Amino acid sequence: MTGFGGFLARRAIGTLLTLFALSVIVYVVFYATPGDVAQITCGPRCSPAQVHQVAAQLRLDDPLYVRYGHFLQGLLAGQDYSTGTSVEHCPAPCLGLSYQSDQQVTRLILAKLPVSLSLVFGAMVLWLVLGVGTGVLSAWRRGRLSERVLTALTLAGTATPVFVIGLILLIVVCGELRLLPFPQYVNLTDDPEQWAWNLLLPWVSLALIEAAAFARLTRSSMLETLAEDHIRTFRAYGVGERSVIGRHALRGAFAPVIALNANNFGSAVGGAVLTETLFGLPGVGQELVHAVNVVDLPVVVGMVLVIGFFVVLANAVADVLYAVADRRVVLS
Amino acid sequence: MSEALVASRTAGTDVFVPAASGGLQFWRRLRTQRAALGAAVVVALLVLVALAAPLLTAIEGQDPTSYHPALIDSARGGVPTGPLGGIGPDHWLGIEPQTGRDLFARLAYGARVSLGVALAATVVQIAFGVVLGIAAGLGNRWVDELLSRITDIFVAMPLMIMSLALLAIVPPAFPRPVLVTLVIGLISWGNIAKVVRARTLTLKELDHVAAARLSGWGAWRIARRELVPGLAAPVLTYAALLVPQNVTVEAALSFLGVGVKPPTPSWGQMLTAADVWYQAAPQYLLLPAGALFVTVLALTVLGDGVRTALDPRAASRLRVGTGRRRETKADTGSRGDSV
Amino acid sequence: MSPIEIPAEGQVENPVGGSAESPAESPAESPVGSLVEVDGLTVGFGPLRAVDGLSFRLRRGAALALVGESGSGKSTVAAALLGLHRGTGAAVGGSVRVAGTDVQQASDDELRRLRGGKAAMVFQDPLSSLDPYYAIGDQIAEVHRVHARASRRAARARAVEVLERVGIADAARRSRSRPHEFSGGMRQRALIAMALACAPDLLIADEPTTALDVTVQAQILDLLHSLREETGMGLLLVTHDVGVAAESVDDVLVMRHGRAVEHGPVADVLGTPSQAYTRELLAAVPRVEARRVVAHAADRGRASNRPDHPSDRGREGVPSDHAPNGGREGVPSDHASDGGREGAFGASGEVVLEAAGLRREFGRGKRAVTAVDDVSLTLRRGETLGIVGESGSGKTTLGRMLVGLLAPTAGEIRYAGRPHTGVDPAVQMVFQDPVSSLNPRRSVGESVADPLRARGEKDEQYVQGRVRELLERVGLEGAHYNRYPHEFSGGQRQRVGIARALAADPRVIVCDEPVSALDVTTQAQVVALLGELQRELGLALVFVAHDLAVVRQVSDRVAVMRRGRIVEAGPADEVYGSPRDPYTRQLLAAVPALDPEAAARRRAARREPVHM
Repeated sequence: MTGFGGFLARRAIGTLLTLFALSVIVYVVFYATPGDVAQITCGPRCSPAQVHQVAAQLRLDDPLYVRYGHFLQGLLAGQDYSTGTSVEHCPAPCLGLSYQSDQQVTRLILAKLPVSLSLVFGAMVLWLVLGVGTGVLSAWRRGRLSERVLTALTLAGTATPVFVIGLILLIVVCGELRLLPFPQYVNLTDDPEQWAWNLLLPWVSLALIEAAAFARLTRSSMLETLAEDHIRTFRAYGVGERSVIGRHALRGAFAPVIALNANNFGSAVGGAVLTETLFGLPGVGQELVHAVNVVDLPVVVGMVLVIGFFVVLANAVADVLYAVADRRVVLS
Repeated sequence: MSEALVASRTAGTDVFVPAASGGLQFWRRLRTQRAALGAAVVVALLVLVALAAPLLTAIEGQDPTSYHPALIDSARGGVPTGPLGGIGPDHWLGIEPQTGRDLFARLAYGARVSLGVALAATVVQIAFGVVLGIAAGLGNRWVDELLSRITDIFVAMPLMIMSLALLAIVPPAFPRPVLVTLVIGLISWGNIAKVVRARTLTLKELDHVAAARLSGWGAWRIARRELVPGLAAPVLTYAALLVPQNVTVEAALSFLGVGVKPPTPSWGQMLTAADVWYQAAPQYLLLPAGALFVTVLALTVLGDGVRTALDPRAASRLRVGTGRRRETKADTGSRGDSV
Repeated sequence: MSPIEIPAEGQVENPVGGSAESPAESPAESPVGSLVEVDGLTVGFGPLRAVDGLSFRLRRGAALALVGESGSGKSTVAAALLGLHRGTGAAVGGSVRVAGTDVQQASDDELRRLRGGKAAMVFQDPLSSLDPYYAIGDQIAEVHRVHARASRRAARARAVEVLERVGIADAARRSRSRPHEFSGGMRQRALIAMALACAPDLLIADEPTTALDVTVQAQILDLLHSLREETGMGLLLVTHDVGVAAESVDDVLVMRHGRAVEHGPVADVLGTPSQAYTRELLAAVPRVEARRVVAHAADRGRASNRPDHPSDRGREGVPSDHAPNGGREGVPSDHASDGGREGAFGASGEVVLEAAGLRREFGRGKRAVTAVDDVSLTLRRGETLGIVGESGSGKTTLGRMLVGLLAPTAGEIRYAGRPHTGVDPAVQMVFQDPVSSLNPRRSVGESVADPLRARGEKDEQYVQGRVRELLERVGLEGAHYNRYPHEFSGGQRQRVGIARALAADPRVIVCDEPVSALDVTTQAQVVALLGELQRELGLALVFVAHDLAVVRQVSDRVAVMRRGRIVEAGPADEVYGSPRDPYTRQLLAAVPALDPEAAARRRAARREPVHM
């Protein structure tokens, strides 16, 4: 067990290092770009006076590492901002102020986060159930017609981008058939039923492409496991096919599925941006697209950091789960 | 490469034994997969359309950027005046609502952007991944640790989000397709670097590498002769996975309005406004969506075929030792028939 | 694909149970009381006929060994006894009856009852044969529940019981371990426990000890023997190792190309073989009792006249012994060889390679493992030093340090008296794995030409001529230059590896398990080739192997390694004839004997506890 404790500690340190490096890279990429950083940060509609004020606030005269230290300090300890007339305090995870809306970026993101989390985690449940289920089924029905149909559907799924499937669903389900109203985000705490109904289409659009990836992976790892020697052992001992597939082969697909879920979390977040934009859900993704379009740099940097934080965290959690699923990892 | 060398050198001597080169074997195995072959044909056609876009549109007599205000009905909000969204001998696939630009021309030129960006980005990804992966695999502990950490960060970096953000701050003067290529290529090389590193670590432990060292060859020659050829298969397999992924990412970025910008046509960008017009001009939605679907599907199926051809074990796994029982008599009756 | 649905697997726990005494099966029993009846068995995979018209019987409680080299079809027969080919596309003909079940005609349910319940199989590789994700006790319990109507708790208890029976200490606790937490021998015991769980009539063991060290192999064979005495179950042993068969069975069936060559009581077949192939096979088996036959006198002059090393470095100035303590413990030097037989060039041969105080660690800090610990040795021109040890003894690490592929953590290596680091063409290696030791993407001629080209040989005509010459010298054809490794058999590839080593004009060749992956007849040929080349070229050989008999066959001097140290060293005949170290004695006692009577005596001797 000490081995596992040590593994956890090493993984935690690794995650912190990765997060630190991520913040450095993001900061350097966005705040050390060639060109007038103050102008870009402030946005195209800023007056020269405002640009000047922003330049002072960003301490553009300081060397880069000092500026980064300042940024990090805001992130870890909070910061005070002068808004011209008064001083505003921006508490601990301070990602700066938006120069477009004069809002604190952290607050802005926190307000949008529930929508995105609802979308991503709901879809994750869907893609895991749908994907792993399909994968198991097609490994189980190997060589039959049903497997071929499933394989074809899965392939079609992998080839349909989120925004295409979303667009089609929106037109067919909401536009033509009028089975559902055009999605409007409802808070989970306000009305769970409406929350679910309104998120149904976004969930499906986001989940389908991921589910296809999981179906393919589950199927292939199960078939791989089925070709292994220990499966031969259980068959040679008269263990039935149901147990061989449901117990031993499926167990072999566990670890790869966890790993893929971590790996694909990032691309799913990307998909969430598309989904939110497409369905008009007021989440982090939609805000990010908006910020990108109006070039609101502090918001963009904040969003990238927050999303990166979640993805890195998801990877770390998956690593630990992977190790739990396959203890041999800890030893190596 | 080395095979060809050997062949040419000894072609005139007493015995010439034609050895199945890696490429020939690969082709033989790929050829037996009907789906992959079909996909290869589709991909070839798409590439052909992309390359010949200027020629094809010249035959049609159109170009992708000219407006045709005469063909749209501004009274009805800009829908095409002709039937079926303006399909006719002049406009093979109809015209774009509101602008009247020729859809076929935009679709064909869109293929150039889509495939060009995807392939070029894949090349960038592979170049980065292979160089850094080999360096990590062959380097000492510190080099490996450092490069692996950096790789981990890039693996964890969400491509869509980073590209979205990066594309926002680059001045508009920079040519967009090149920019999109670079952004995709420079952000998502992490996984291929991991694959290459792992493979390098395996390869360098193989005895034939040790034998080459004992022969007295230097590190550079050993890397080139003993390692790199062994990396070809995993890299090609992974590249085949990356191309369709890159097609999708480019389309997504253009769909969000940060990728390829008008007037350069792109499939993703065509879809941005399409949902509003699906009743008046359904092909405005269906054509780019279908083009994307077919392209990604064909590339994916081809990628699967490439993987199977490069790793025949993966294919035979699906056949041997399944224990799925057939009827008893089928087994006892037939002797020596090949299944 | 068959349209017929598989019956629901939930009904597997059949009321008949796994017990052999089931009366329902008795009428089907053959009148002669045979446990296994195989008649005209044929198994074809596509155009290949792996088993071709094989027939044999096995009485209840008897033991039969199927002996053959790779490709003889012996494992295919074992699989056919359990109907494992069903549904794989293999074409199975003839009839197979096992414990009253007609394997060919049996329904799927009947077949499942047979598998594990009446006939249980033990596989070769115990690690991959167990599910890595489940506790060993759970896996045994699962199999038990398939055949016996037992509650989960009872099945678990049965698992602990059989694990105890096969000699797993603290079985209740260890039953919760997963396979990777077991050692190789323990895993094989666990697999045997799984076989025991349902009290089968027949145990089929497919190369059950091939993956194991020789001492562990002896333990496993002893275990099989005592289990058979205790339960009266029959044993079908599939093995490539004639010695293993001699140790374990009553009857032997020698197979080749899917057919029976010779079949009879073990003493007759191994003692007075009637078939040429059997004789050939037996002759090729290296014997640990046999002294090395050296034909050096005739070759000596010829070999030393060869101008292979124009820059022959001087004979003098080489201190002969670097061991602080000298003597037999630790240093296989010429001191030790005083009383024994000498290499082809005698004790006076110049020292070509020396190692002093070699040490190698892997990993850092608390995890550091010492693979080789304070090893010193001296190698003279024309002699062979055998290094023998079980897995994990550090012998391969030592070999890699000697050729410079691995840097020692401490200690020094001298080539011809000069301290040396890194690789040197004069010291070459022949590798164990004939698959990975040749680059699959380069022709064998190119591989062999490497040392020539690497030293700057530009004359293409000369290089190719020399490579062809070398290929011919090792028993291949010059025309094989353009062939690729996959076109060769394992033995041929090993020959290519030897040719490549020779191309560098070496003075020393370190052979790391050069024949362990080969069949016994091929083994003998490769060993003979190495001996010939040594005499001809005056090479010094270091022969690293786990097989005590092979090492004796080739070595002038032998060093026995255990846990990174040399525990005993000296002239081969001394070490083998009158071993001093208890570990050496234990190793030698574990080597299977070809004579069944001797095997029985040694088994009895092994039962007396050996203290390590």
